[in-house]
Amino acid sequence: MNVTVLDRKPDRSAQTHMGFIDCDVHPYVKGPNDFDPFLSKRWLEHKRTIGGRSRQGLAKTPMYPRMSPGSGMRMDGWPKGGGHPGSDLPLMREQLLDLFDVAYGLLAPLVGGAGGERNLEFGAAMATAVNEWQLAHSCDPDPRLLGAVQINAEYTEAAIAEIEKRAGDRRFAQVNIPPRGLEPLGRRRYWPILQACAANGFPVSLHLGGTSGHASTGGGWPSFYHEEHPSYVQTMQTLVTSLVCEGVFEQIPNLKIVLVEGGFAWLPALCWRLDKHWKQLKAEVPHLKRAPSEYVHEHIWVTTQPIEEPERPEDMLSTLEWIGPDRVMFSTDYPHWDQDDPRYAFKIPLPDDWKRKIYRDNARALYTLD
Amino acid sequence: MDRHVVGSVTDIPPGGRKIVTVKGRQIGIFRIGDEFFGLINRCPHQGAPLCSGEVVSRLVAPSPGDYRLTRAGEMIRCPWHCWEFDIRSGQSLCDPDSVQVRSFDVAVEAGNAVAEGRFIAERVEVSVEERYIVVTV
Repeated sequence: MNVTVLDRKPDRSAQTHMGFIDCDVHPYVKGPNDFDPFLSKRWLEHKRTIGGRSRQGLAKTPMYPRMSPGSGMRMDGWPKGGGHPGSDLPLMREQLLDLFDVAYGLLAPLVGGAGGERNLEFGAAMATAVNEWQLAHSCDPDPRLLGAVQINAEYTEAAIAEIEKRAGDRRFAQVNIPPRGLEPLGRRRYWPILQACAANGFPVSLHLGGTSGHASTGGGWPSFYHEEHPSYVQTMQTLVTSLVCEGVFEQIPNLKIVLVEGGFAWLPALCWRLDKHWKQLKAEVPHLKRAPSEYVHEHIWVTTQPIEEPERPEDMLSTLEWIGPDRVMFSTDYPHWDQDDPRYAFKIPLPDDWKRKIYRDNARALYTLD
Repeated sequence: MDRHVVGSVTDIPPGGRKIVTVKGRQIGIFRIGDEFFGLINRCPHQGAPLCSGEVVSRLVAPSPGDYRLTRAGEMIRCPWHCWEFDIRSGQSLCDPDSVQVRSFDVAVEAGNAVAEGRFIAERVEVSVEERYIVVTV
């Protein structure tokens, strides 16, 4: 019987994971009124009397499984004093930031519903409120935590105004766009927003989730959460394909895209397929000057969690090599139930220079951090 | 290997558990009916505090749609990634042949035996009328 996993000691070779940059940290609200101080009276009243209208078809179906009690959180993430996991900064420090001496934590706030709000004016107001809330509750109290600018991508003018308002504020590292939108992200209607992100030095992070209102897979609605989870891979594949094929990277050559929590082992195979078809269908997409894989490698970064665990652990090395160890960034997804621990996530030792890149240097370069 | 007294049987009601520290190791002592089992408080997957997870049943489905709850209260579900293990054996539900949580022998001994025998009971006060949980580490 192989019990090596049980007795495996943490990877302590120079403690390479210590001081890492966490590319996926989830802050949560302490209560439903946390955003209220950042809403105008007009929108506060709207929130209280009418509320949000999401695009989700199954309106009351939760996004997460409940098996780890409380909407998919790690059980030991619940603050003893009450409140939701991710809402208590001292506990986040104890379980993540201080425990691993995290250099920076890139926030991905999945709260407020701004990105999927059908009432666009309200969506824009909530985006602003969530941005202010990140500063007040996370970034200012702990400067290691870097915000992600929230926008509603269906309201172009407001989205660009919000991006420009946050430009130059080093407390924000990137712009969040939910991958499940009304149309694939490469469509021209979204170009002005992507242009604004690039022009203002913000990478665009696509963190899994969002509620498009479309079935979550190309083949219809899944029955099980077990089906839903890998369907995020399909979403990410759709967006990568769209961004490449629409010529976005020709149009916006300094656009940087980060795929968060959508896995990564699929990316090489997608590139192989895109390159193959490009040779055959080049006449249909003459705006593509280079092979799709070249655009992907130049413009797209991936984060690790939930990390693939191949049956032969050494296959992870080939996968990372195919993607390029300069494009992979470590993430925990704290405090979610499927979060990864930097000591144990990789089931095989990585070369030291890869570790430095994946745990720190890639994110440091992408987000121009100290 | 030493035998450590980690508490009185009345400390853990049926279905309950207690996490104790023996020789620097955290060990979850579980009570199923009147039987006691010990598992290391560390998940073989990513090191989470396994024994603080939920105690659940084993759900089996001989065919799609045919669900049967078995082994009520005999599985421990990791508080992080929800890997499930058999409390009696430490075996993984998904991969019983290759993944196992380290388990420890747990026995119940009468108070007079504990009082007279070679046990280590630093933090437990022993009375001859009681029965005690003894873990071998």
